Amino acid sequence: MTMKYSEEHEWVTIDGDVATVGITDYAQKALGDIVFVEAPDVGSEINQGDETGVVESVKAASDIITPVSGEVVEINDALETTPNTVNTDPTGDGWMFKVKLTDPGEIDGLMDEAAYKAHCESLDG
Amino acid sequence: MWIGEVDLNLLEGNKMSDTQLLVTPLDALHRQQGAKMAAFAGYDMPVSYPLGVLKEHQHTREAASLFDVSHMGQVMLRGDGVVDAMESLVPGDIAGLANHGTRYTLLTNDAGGIRDDLMISRLGDDLYLVVNAACKVEDIAYIRQRIGAHIEIEELTDRALIALQGPKAATVLTRYSPAVQHMTFMSIAEIHINGVACLITRSGYTGEDGYEISLPAEAAEDFAQLLLGEEEVILAGLGARDSLRLEAGLCLYGNDIDTTTTPVEATLTWVIGKSRRETGGFPGDRIILDQIVNKPLRKRVGIQPDGRAPARAGTEITDMDGNAIGVITSGGFGPTVGGPVAMGYVKTAFFKPETPVQLMVRGKAMPAKTAKLPFTPHRYYAG
Repeated sequence: MTMKYSEEHEWVTIDGDVATVGITDYAQKALGDIVFVEAPDVGSEINQGDETGVVESVKAASDIITPVSGEVVEINDALETTPNTVNTDPTGDGWMFKVKLTDPGEIDGLMDEAAYKAHCESLDG
Repeated sequence: MWIGEVDLNLLEGNKMSDTQLLVTPLDALHRQQGAKMAAFAGYDMPVSYPLGVLKEHQHTREAASLFDVSHMGQVMLRGDGVVDAMESLVPGDIAGLANHGTRYTLLTNDAGGIRDDLMISRLGDDLYLVVNAACKVEDIAYIRQRIGAHIEIEELTDRALIALQGPKAATVLTRYSPAVQHMTFMSIAEIHINGVACLITRSGYTGEDGYEISLPAEAAEDFAQLLLGEEEVILAGLGARDSLRLEAGLCLYGNDIDTTTTPVEATLTWVIGKSRRETGGFPGDRIILDQIVNKPLRKRVGIQPDGRAPARAGTEITDMDGNAIGVITSGGFGPTVGGPVAMGYVKTAFFKPETPVQLMVRGKAMPAKTAKLPFTPHRYYAG
């Protein structure tokens, strides 16, 4: 499954019309030890660019900015008790929420892996 | 996602980011060790090392960590009447401080507020001060203006300051100097280690046993490397320092205490010496002594959120009906507690531990309780 990326360091994968969203390995490394994740409510409508949740590390609170629009259909409940899964497996078990897409075309505006890698390198420059 | 901003409880450092940052004598070591650096009080300081804040914190509670705190101000006061002169600026009993004793005290202002918190040690006829980095320029100018006519005031700009903190700190440092083993908490000694003239206090900012070691800047890196060569010791940054002191209930100047908070409100009444309560003679004495008798309107207290979400500085505290009763001044995740911890000021009626309150986090009321400080028991060496 192809993974796409936002400038704000969220990743997205698509299965049918449902997108899974999480934060990237670059993001989890920058944040450090994650101690709390607040995902949007199931059933809520979210729009691309909205602040739809929070990731708290021991250092800082950071907003999750959704890269896609739609209805939240599932959240990763396991992160409530084991938020550090986002550190250990950010693009796997550390996923945050799933969205039923209202505009699948939004995906085309996101970066592919090469473009995201270049984006991160430019930030570290 | 908003990345790269270091929040901690250290925000005021970030306003300095446009100006040229100062570096400590251990700057090269931090970079070599892969530290994440951030601006704090005008200095480029290590927030964490590759191990990360959480593990650095836990290691400090279990073994020993080395912190570079060279950004803090070290000041020597000399001259006839230095004790009386200092007592005119702080509410602490400095006259009663034995030779080689160390005391935590406060520079108060005329309104009873706190200009800075600091450590004062007695070295024979002299006083050795350690003040906060963010306050040191103003502190020294103020002390000079108030007592400089008769007292020599020398900032020790050529010295580094290293904190070795944790239950193994004594074991480690004793290998280099048996004399440090039986130093009691809040005492100071002049000790040569490997030919380096160190000024060592048994003190710290983590709630653990440990030492703060002042030494010549040019000797600092070798000395730090020496300690890091001990299997118990790792480097820890300002991130761990902040979570450790928060669990230990210790105030961060600029967050938990400042010019608008009095020692009594801050529950630091214990720093006011018994003799000073009778005679006063320090800035703001009437206001502060009156508050001891008549109780302040608000007090600093621990806050323990019921859930998992940390409440950061600036979070409003309300009663169970939603009425504002105070504000969080420091907050975050406590690795040893295993959950969120905070401290803040509440109206005195809510000060009692275990009082249910609410925290307004991102527009939602989050249940919490007031808590007795510290969250983790202090483990100082009493001898």
